[in-house]
Amino acid sequence: MAKRVLSVDLERRFARGPTIAARFELDLGASEVLALFGPSGSGKTTILRCLAGLERPDRGTIIAAGRRWVDVARDTFEPPQVRRVGYLPQGSALFPHLSVAENVAFGTERAQGGGAHERDQQVRALLALLGLAGLERRRPAELSGGQARRVALARALARRPLLLLLDEPLSALDAPTREELRLELRAHLERFMTPTVLVTHDRTEALVLADRVAVIVDGTVRQVGATADVFVRPVDAEVARVVGVDTLAPGTVRAVHGGLATVQVGGRELVAVSDLAPGSPVLVSLRPEDVLLVPAGHQLDGLSARNRLPGRVAAVEPLGALVRVRLDVGFPLRALVTRQAFEELGAGPGQELVALVKAPAVHLIAVGPPGLAGGPVGSTGAAGPPAERPVGARSARRN
Amino acid sequence: MDWQAIWLTARLAFLVTVILLALGTPLAHWLAFSTRRWRGLVEAVVALPLVLPPTVLGFYLLLAMGPAGPLGRLTETLGIGLLPFTFQGLLVASVIYSLPFAVQPLTVAFGAVDRSLIETSWTLGRSPLQTFLRVTAPLSAGGFLTATVLTFAHTVGEFGVVLMVGGNIPGVSRTISIAIYDRVQALDYDSAAALALPLLVVSFVVLAVTYTVRGRPTGGSGRPVRPWPSAS
Repeated sequence: MAKRVLSVDLERRFARGPTIAARFELDLGASEVLALFGPSGSGKTTILRCLAGLERPDRGTIIAAGRRWVDVARDTFEPPQVRRVGYLPQGSALFPHLSVAENVAFGTERAQGGGAHERDQQVRALLALLGLAGLERRRPAELSGGQARRVALARALARRPLLLLLDEPLSALDAPTREELRLELRAHLERFMTPTVLVTHDRTEALVLADRVAVIVDGTVRQVGATADVFVRPVDAEVARVVGVDTLAPGTVRAVHGGLATVQVGGRELVAVSDLAPGSPVLVSLRPEDVLLVPAGHQLDGLSARNRLPGRVAAVEPLGALVRVRLDVGFPLRALVTRQAFEELGAGPGQELVALVKAPAVHLIAVGPPGLAGGPVGSTGAAGPPAERPVGARSARRN
Repeated sequence: MDWQAIWLTARLAFLVTVILLALGTPLAHWLAFSTRRWRGLVEAVVALPLVLPPTVLGFYLLLAMGPAGPLGRLTETLGIGLLPFTFQGLLVASVIYSLPFAVQPLTVAFGAVDRSLIETSWTLGRSPLQTFLRVTAPLSAGGFLTATVLTFAHTVGEFGVVLMVGGNIPGVSRTISIAIYDRVQALDYDSAAALALPLLVVSFVVLAVTYTVRGRPTGGSGRPVRPWPSAS
């Protein structure tokens, strides 16, 4: 019995444009959800299409549960018809000339035995599960955006796929529908226990839906790991930018004591959890939501924050419920706080504030000295083998 | 009324339409989806009857079908005899002459089908043929309608090629258009008008109905309606 793993190692070259290179694994037995995460044009969709069999890699292999879907060296290529994937293209692509029920049944007629009546029952049951009961006879043009996505998901699930492939499953929906569907999709993925690869450039989507993410920059998978981990501990500056770390300041490790490193950044000293050697040049990476703002002179009773950074407000950017504050604390620092918290501070540009950051939220990215360029120990760069982190993060997040 | 010419024309146009839909569908599918470099060449050959004077086309067909031509030698070897000035010869010539009127609307219709629908059908286990029958063809209904009407109408209206390849033999090759020409030559304007006016009226009605049906936004015009509008 082959290991129930999807193993991808491929390259797709284009005459004009970047070469797409992907290397990652997915545990099919544990019905894991992996997000291919990266900016537009980074090659996420190409990788997904290679998995679906709609595009041929120029080099490499795709092996799913022991079956060779693609092996360029052996000239092996399984067409999309036999791969048993549930593919959801961007915009969901419902057949406009078929009813909702006919759309959902489209892939089941040959895949499974059983009479027409039995199939009809299965389609109805599936539609009911996705909250689509009563819409069986509607045409796609008569559905709302959210309903159409649910139908497309039902159609993909109806074949009982080995692997679900979702290309930007929530794109081009209005914001309330997207939020509603995001949580619903998470619940469906758990209920149907289907391993999933999804493409997204939306951080919230990745955080809510994915157990693990593969960050793709310029066509290359740069880091694979548990979602929360990758978002807090990017391996390099580019990954950091892609995952939304917007404070990246160069610094140097001055001293290390018991797993706590003191780092000098722009005339300030910060404490971070790290075991890098003193003297290492680093990039200090901070997520804006990990920064707490308090008035200058505020007493720090009961606050466990290890880093206290007095500074001046440089700019304020309202983002609806949240406010992005740019501070100058000896280096540029960005904070994301709720509008209410910000109003209580009564702060505006030029005002003195104190930024508090806990030591574990300060992530150090090693840079510089040759030989250490691969990033911190334990993370996965594109060059190395796809080292897998323990899946503990998954169960923790799901409880 | 020259009922013989009307019956002959209808029979010819019907057979040409059936043959061209059968031949034109795979050809149009290939033209719509092929990425080969010589696709353009095939497209040019298909479009040639659009620009060539019918007499030129008819002239070369006459030579090809004659006893010294490749087609003529083939038909003689097969024991069919020579094709010029026969109904079969007229049929072959008409199929070639009307080729673009069947192939071009079909190519446009197939090409307008959303690619992601076809690919989704593949991932749902449907073979290319099943995908064509269940997805591409139904969504190209408008293209099939246009191809049918244009091919039929164009065959009814042809003149130069018929004259070159078929001549003017009653019951064999004297179509309505030839009959009208024949009557006008004989200064029998009443008989000519008796054939010409119905042809004009029928042609207009058929085209008007076709374009009205095709004009509806969801009337199977070959362009699938997007499942939902893009985000504002």
